[in-house]
Amino acid sequence: MRLILLLIFILAASLALAVAFGETPLSVAQYAQAIVHPATAVGEILWGLRAPRAVAAALVGAELGLAGAVMQGLLRNPLADPGVLGVSAFAALGAATIIALGLAKTPGVIELAAMSGALAAGAIVAILAGRLREPETLILFGVALSALGGAATALAFNLSPSLITTSEMMNWLLGSTAGRGWGDIGAAAVPTLLGAGLCAYAARGLSMLTLGEEAAALSGLPMARLRAAAVAGAALLTGAAVAMAGVIGFVGLAAPHLVRGSVSDDPAKTLAPSALAGASLLVLADLAARMIPTAEELKLGVVTALFGAPLFALLAWRASRSWRA
Amino acid sequence: MTPALELADVGVILGGRPVLTGASLVAVPGEVLGVVGANGAGKTTLLRAALGLAKLETGDAWLGGRPVDRLSEIERAGLAGYLPQERRIAWNMPAWRIAALGAPHLSPREAHQRALAALADMGVGGLAERGVRDMSGGERAKVLIARLLVTGAPLLVADEPAAGLDPQAALTVMEVLKTKAEAGAAVVATLHDLTLAARHCDRLAVMSAGRIVAIAPPTEALAPAVLAEAFGLDGELIATPSGWVVAARRLA
Repeated sequence: MRLILLLIFILAASLALAVAFGETPLSVAQYAQAIVHPATAVGEILWGLRAPRAVAAALVGAELGLAGAVMQGLLRNPLADPGVLGVSAFAALGAATIIALGLAKTPGVIELAAMSGALAAGAIVAILAGRLREPETLILFGVALSALGGAATALAFNLSPSLITTSEMMNWLLGSTAGRGWGDIGAAAVPTLLGAGLCAYAARGLSMLTLGEEAAALSGLPMARLRAAAVAGAALLTGAAVAMAGVIGFVGLAAPHLVRGSVSDDPAKTLAPSALAGASLLVLADLAARMIPTAEELKLGVVTALFGAPLFALLAWRASRSWRA
Repeated sequence: MTPALELADVGVILGGRPVLTGASLVAVPGEVLGVVGANGAGKTTLLRAALGLAKLETGDAWLGGRPVDRLSEIERAGLAGYLPQERRIAWNMPAWRIAALGAPHLSPREAHQRALAALADMGVGGLAERGVRDMSGGERAKVLIARLLVTGAPLLVADEPAAGLDPQAALTVMEVLKTKAEAGAAVVATLHDLTLAARHCDRLAVMSAGRIVAIAPPTEALAPAVLAEAFGLDGELIATPSGWVVAARRLA
């Protein structure tokens, strides 16, 4: 509980920073004005632009942190992330296809396509997860699905009708929360809550899987249902994250590791802290993306990858030592 | 008395090869039934078939008098606890949490108490807070047996509970299982150490090439003819002042 409170405090502080700082420097008087009169131009910068963007980043980070913790628990693998079973690749494929077809102008269509792609892949994986109990086999199928999704996305690039659509696709796939408003956050609420609910339901099954499939099968828990719920929940969350902000790597991988030691490694108890940690990570990464002075704003997916890749290497190094034990 | 476990003419095929043929077996409350046999004789498959984890090609399996394939997960867990041979534990959880996984339907408080008691039974009560991946293999094995005890099931099925343990730890395991049997549980355990099996089991099922070739009290089950057939050993069971010893002179 202390950990949860600490993480909530860190998230609140991160959100406050993200609302307070941005490209437009403001004076103390302007901050005061924005707080007292939200309906002014300065108020609009804080509450209409920065705040929803920060909350969107927090939501995506929480979705990825939770989905990552679920995947690591389900697959009993510290290197699993929300994309490991091909869900992100198919979400990206859904979005890229819509852009390539020139349908991106209609509001909400890209998001819907990303979500549909995630759910399609999630359904395939959920069916497989019911049959293939060994996590290694599931991971192999996930690698195959990811490769297929990636190849089909490359095909969409290849067949892209114009440079403009190609650049649109590229922009979208690199991941960003720029321009996200309160409406987008509201639209993401349903899949997020549903996904989180499924993950919470699956939590005790994840702890039980620590003992391996055979012991879990005789534990008295409805493992087939819990496993399917874990996959479906993670797919919904990952789909919602990709629909909101494109493909953002490493948050879902890193967040569970940041908190695991504080919850005695129990997969069920990793879920909520991992979601909170993921939220803070992405809010701060998004703030960095906005504040690092480059000609064009850095993409959020690029920032997380730049910081995340070295972390991934470090995790792999440390994990390899515990595997030898 | 309803048998805790019953197999009738059970056959299992894995990868096109029959690994269990015509196996019939009954385990009753109050006894420790040992399952012995050479590597690959079908001991683990026998246990998995009895628990509904392996597909039966022929025959039937019952737990507590009910067909195993018609039990819900929770009913099955209420009738049998299982310690698989696989001892890998994915995460470095404290020992008491691992042991408490034996009782997922109890309140956390009750599960915690049962876990501490079972760890103490296994002689690792002092390690309750230690991460299981920071333990030796033997300590980890004891924690996993504690998890089996926490289930409180009327049938305890253990696949190689004493494998890889030092003599003292192996004795502890057998003593604890014996105590559970005396308290009314049925215990079925596969064992490699024939002397351990002879001393601590009420009956032994001897397996060879997927068949049960003998089910009897140890003195009969480990008769020279059976040792030759099932293990390829020229040997015998010898009474010593400290109990039975299986002595092998040479390969049969």
